[in-house]
Amino acid sequence: MYRRERSILLRGSAAALSNNLSVLQLPDRDLRHFGVVHGPSAQILSSAPEGVPLAQRQLQVKVGVGVSPPLITQVHWCVFPFRVLLVLTSHQRIQMYESDGSLMVYWHALDSGDSSSGTWSGRILVFDIPAKGPNIVLSEELAGHQTPITDIATERAQGQDGVADMVTADDSGVLCVWRSGTTFTLLTRIPGFGVPCPSVQLWQGIVAAGYGNGQVRLYDATTGTLHVQISAHARTICALDLAPEVGKLLSAAEDTFVHIWKLNRNPESGSIEVEHYHGECISDTQLCGARFCDPSGSSFAVTGYDLAEILRFSSV
Amino acid sequence: MSVRTLPLLFLNLGGEMLYVLDQRLRAQNIPGDKARKDEWTEVDRKRVLNDIISTMFNRKFMEELFKPQDLYSKKALRTVYDRLAHASIMRLNQASMDKLYDLMTMAFKYQVLLCPRPKDVLLVTFNHLDSIKGFIQDSPTILHQVDETSRQLTEIYGNLSAGEFQMIRQTLLTFFQDLHIRVSTFLKDKVQNSNGRFVLPVSGPVPWGTEVPGVIRLFNDKGEEVKKTEFKHGGNYVAAQKEGSFELYGDRVLKLGTNMYSVNRPVETHMSTTSKNLASRTQENIAPNPLAKEELNFLARLMGGMEIKKMSGPEPGFRLNLFTTDEEEEHAALSRPEELSYEVINIQATQDQQRNEELARIMGEFEITEQPEITEQSTSKGDDLLAMMDRL
Repeated sequence: MYRRERSILLRGSAAALSNNLSVLQLPDRDLRHFGVVHGPSAQILSSAPEGVPLAQRQLQVKVGVGVSPPLITQVHWCVFPFRVLLVLTSHQRIQMYESDGSLMVYWHALDSGDSSSGTWSGRILVFDIPAKGPNIVLSEELAGHQTPITDIATERAQGQDGVADMVTADDSGVLCVWRSGTTFTLLTRIPGFGVPCPSVQLWQGIVAAGYGNGQVRLYDATTGTLHVQISAHARTICALDLAPEVGKLLSAAEDTFVHIWKLNRNPESGSIEVEHYHGECISDTQLCGARFCDPSGSSFAVTGYDLAEILRFSSV
Repeated sequence: MSVRTLPLLFLNLGGEMLYVLDQRLRAQNIPGDKARKDEWTEVDRKRVLNDIISTMFNRKFMEELFKPQDLYSKKALRTVYDRLAHASIMRLNQASMDKLYDLMTMAFKYQVLLCPRPKDVLLVTFNHLDSIKGFIQDSPTILHQVDETSRQLTEIYGNLSAGEFQMIRQTLLTFFQDLHIRVSTFLKDKVQNSNGRFVLPVSGPVPWGTEVPGVIRLFNDKGEEVKKTEFKHGGNYVAAQKEGSFELYGDRVLKLGTNMYSVNRPVETHMSTTSKNLASRTQENIAPNPLAKEELNFLARLMGGMEIKKMSGPEPGFRLNLFTTDEEEEHAALSRPEELSYEVINIQATQDQQRNEELARIMGEFEITEQPEITEQSTSKGDDLLAMMDRL
């Protein structure tokens, strides 16, 4: 159902991190931006839909003279109604750029006390982003996790404008579901079961979580009830992504497999259903990132540890 | 990145180093009564292994190693192994030391990648320690040192969470990123492809604690399972049989980290890299100062804890060649690709004068230079060995 397309070559191989591929879809400009972390640098590149690379840029975390740049932990686009920001994180700093990475608009230093002890506190930092310009302000710090945060997912709360639901996941597998307002409120907390949850997604009130033991679980976001448990992979899941228009879920894992699932909310019972849609094996590649490249899920891209290319697939 | 990675990296690489040295010394082994003055005997082999192992597991050294700290560069770590390999009467030329380090790193990279669970890297470490104990069965003092280290490992790593082990795994993989040296044993056994990438099988037992993929379970509001369906996963997995033991003694179940070398399988490495990718050269190769200040401090502390026996008199030691002939070794030294050069540290090139002096003091008479050919030595090998043993 999907066939392999031309790969996009990277300057450096992808690092062994979870969620190590970020995609910014710009359908009106017929463009896509890709972001991959290599190590002390992240590569941002833009390409036309056929995969022809148009421009690329490498970003690093700024440090003093004579010190080698630290490892980057994540590169990610945050899409707001009025602007898009590119966020680069390392253990000491968060840096935010305009969406093409050309201009840094803000940076924030993280508590060095966290880094030196080797544990990260599990705090969630909430920033107020203005429609334009660098006047970004740290507005809140949320406590809800005791171990490092692995992933964050958001979606507009159903039927309410300006209110979003957010789910955060951590290294111990705990999930917290939040509602935004003047401040964020914790709606529900879903306990872990001994493995990390590296990746999480939110769609129509359904939390999709990928775990270190290869399971994908689907919960109701309001109540936190477990509705579906899939033995999806034989190794830890490294990335999940959603195609919101059709409810397709993409899961990629260190077992070299990518799977696509079709999610569905039963209109009568309200329960969540899922069926397997497609599977793909990327031989001998420990995957580390995967994203849909369009909102209907007709194409996707993956990255792998030690691999200096972005592999692309599109449906036939 | 995890600050608990260094002990695991060091012990496993050290274990692989001992496997290679043991294999090479056995391959060059001559029965004691038939040996010429410049040839290796069984006694020599045991002596070399004993010396290296007792230096590795020295209590002060282990104390430094186990402190929570970041991983240092490949260059800095390579310096530690250079010193360790020369902790006995054995000497290695640069080319042999390079080959040794290549074999060590590719072997452990393979083991980390193939670990079913991140926590299994601890089982791999225990496999190495079990084998190390086999090398020094006749030396109760050193055996005790190794057991102490095993206990320390269990104490520190026994209760780490799955999340912390995943972070350790990622830290190790970052260290090994972009290394694709082809190893002939791996190629022959089909665990490595000709492009240097390791084979990741999609069959066999799943990790302990993971279910065989292929099942979808649906639950109702009360949490009761109401439906179970299957899907085609694509792999050929079976359930795990049993969990390996993390005790001081026990069946580790996992084979990764056990000795894969034997006398009849000489190990070669192929020096070609698959791409001249500029970005795959790490930052450190481009920096003008070979070692950052923190790395110098680290080396000073770590090697300060290593108690290397001083060589008696002008004896330069006995050379071990990791290649089949001296000509091969020379050729390897000349033809090693630029991007694979380890750029062994030239202490004098550093700018930090105080650190420089302290490090030079610790390094003592240790020199990583070419040794004269064995045939030029005039002293009697047997006499010196005896002299050394008397001093024990």
